[in-house]
Amino acid sequence: MGIKILTEHINVPGIETLEVYRKHGGYRSVEKALKTMTPDEVVEEVKTSGLRGRGGAGFPAGMKWSFLAKPEGVPRYLVCNADESEPGTFKDRVFMEKNPHALIEGMITSSYALGANTSYIYIRGELLFVLRILEKAIAEAYAAGLLGKNILGSGYDLDLHVAPGGGAYICGEETALLESLEGKRGNPRNKPPFPAVKGLFQSPTVVNNVETIASVPWIVNNTGAEYAKIGIGRSTGTKLISASGNINRPGVYEIELGVPVEEFIYSDEYCGGIWKGKQLKAVVPGGSSVPILPADLIMKTAAGEQRLMTYESLSDGGFVSGSMLGSGAFIVFDEDQCIVRNTWNYARFYHHESCGQCSPCREGTGWMERVLHRIEHGHGHQQDIDLLVSVAKQIEGNTICPLGDAAAWPVASAIRHFREEFEWHIKHPQEATAPGAVYRGQLAAATV
Amino acid sequence: MIQNAFKFSDKALAEIQRYISHYPEGRQKSALLPALHVAQAENNGWVSPEAMDAIAEILNIQPIEVYEVATFYTMFNLKPVGKHVLEVCRTGPCCLRGADQMIETFKQKLNIEEGETTADGMFTLKPVECLASCGTGPMLQVRETYYENLDSEEAVDQFIEMMRNKEVETPEWAK
Repeated sequence: MGIKILTEHINVPGIETLEVYRKHGGYRSVEKALKTMTPDEVVEEVKTSGLRGRGGAGFPAGMKWSFLAKPEGVPRYLVCNADESEPGTFKDRVFMEKNPHALIEGMITSSYALGANTSYIYIRGELLFVLRILEKAIAEAYAAGLLGKNILGSGYDLDLHVAPGGGAYICGEETALLESLEGKRGNPRNKPPFPAVKGLFQSPTVVNNVETIASVPWIVNNTGAEYAKIGIGRSTGTKLISASGNINRPGVYEIELGVPVEEFIYSDEYCGGIWKGKQLKAVVPGGSSVPILPADLIMKTAAGEQRLMTYESLSDGGFVSGSMLGSGAFIVFDEDQCIVRNTWNYARFYHHESCGQCSPCREGTGWMERVLHRIEHGHGHQQDIDLLVSVAKQIEGNTICPLGDAAAWPVASAIRHFREEFEWHIKHPQEATAPGAVYRGQLAAATV
Repeated sequence: MIQNAFKFSDKALAEIQRYISHYPEGRQKSALLPALHVAQAENNGWVSPEAMDAIAEILNIQPIEVYEVATFYTMFNLKPVGKHVLEVCRTGPCCLRGADQMIETFKQKLNIEEGETTADGMFTLKPVECLASCGTGPMLQVRETYYENLDSEEAVDQFIEMMRNKEVETPEWAK
């Protein structure tokens, strides 16, 4: 059992109430920061901690905070990105639903550090039931003097509001999120200017993921140096992993960064192994947009080193033989799953979610979906595989926001590692479209 | 000019005003998405052009600003729907646990295709993308509630029976 920073009290009955949350040490970081630390000192602690953005990009949070412009007389905003929509990711939803005050505490302490007097939690519209939970907790915090004017007599003022989205994956991209928060279509903005200079309402803004913000109270209470001792190398601290797919124990697990992938999959503390006694075929370790890896490459790097649950280890080998930790959405495929079908499913998702602003993404995602659809349904052409690779290449890097890359990577990686399976679909359409048919040749060859 | 009057209830108006108060002076347009959610709950699960015009008036913006947003976000139904809209997740992780079969079962039991409404107006089957419930798939959403682990024909049968006798949820602000 590693250290639990975020989930230690998550299953305590009544933890969603202020009373129980405080009984378990809740809101200590607000007292400590507002009464004994300057905002810059809080920023320094977060920098020292090495905490990286938990939404997927893994950018150092303290550094992001230090980029925030601070012109005189202009309001600054902290916006929490609770638009959790990356397929495979459900950690933030579970976290907010069970322990809303933990996010609110993080919002207060972080807003203080950034000098924001109004902050927002932008939550995906499907989670209106979680929005109600958060609003109830926020009302409790106001009543206790933890929000509003002169918080705990410190002289610091903060208003905190929750805003719902309307169903759009793209609003997880921070500038699309800001557009949406302003009541517009979620079209990502051109950068620069970055939100740190011109964000919400054209004011300097920091956008952070739920888990990132929720990690701040522990850092304030225990110091950044202590946080940096947890984990391995530049992967400091703990991470919430959303485990899904063909495993015995799907769910959200808080791990100390550095747990071996093999242990994460097979230990009863985590996934509990592949369900129904089946064999592992592949894993998408960081959410639908990161490269898929076959069983052998998820366990060990190409150089034969044990693969660990860290930013560095999962990306070891680049896109040739590695993947990414991403948002920590760990999607497991057993031997009965068809990679072509899954790739088509993801391509349909990205086509559906493309905002339509940039031609390579708008046209390319639809093109990939159609080609994959015909391969999956037994109408593929010999040249389709190369066509997919070429379309993916033309999308990647040619769009305003990363959705283009996110759409291209799953297709490119599936072909890179499972090309035989695509060829089998094209060469043997009748066999491949029979109910329950799955290509098994590669699995036998790659048995570990 | 056809005028199909739409009027928000007092509680709905209060809820929209509450959201407007969250934003700086002159930024009332920010309350547009919340207002669309309120309108949909008030209007039998869909947002009519008249409801959108009413929102434009409240927020003091052009109707087109409401239309372009309502058409961008997939949660807003722009045509009449059944009493219960079954928003079934069709994305990868749920499919690994049998979402395709669940959707097929719904189609057979309700005798409708995706996007259609049953003849009695009880159910609309609406496929949606990932709902952040991948650990408990296959699953679906109706209004503000998630129904999870619908991984067998029996589970789907039970769910349909339960919904037939269920009233539409009242959102928190309308209570």
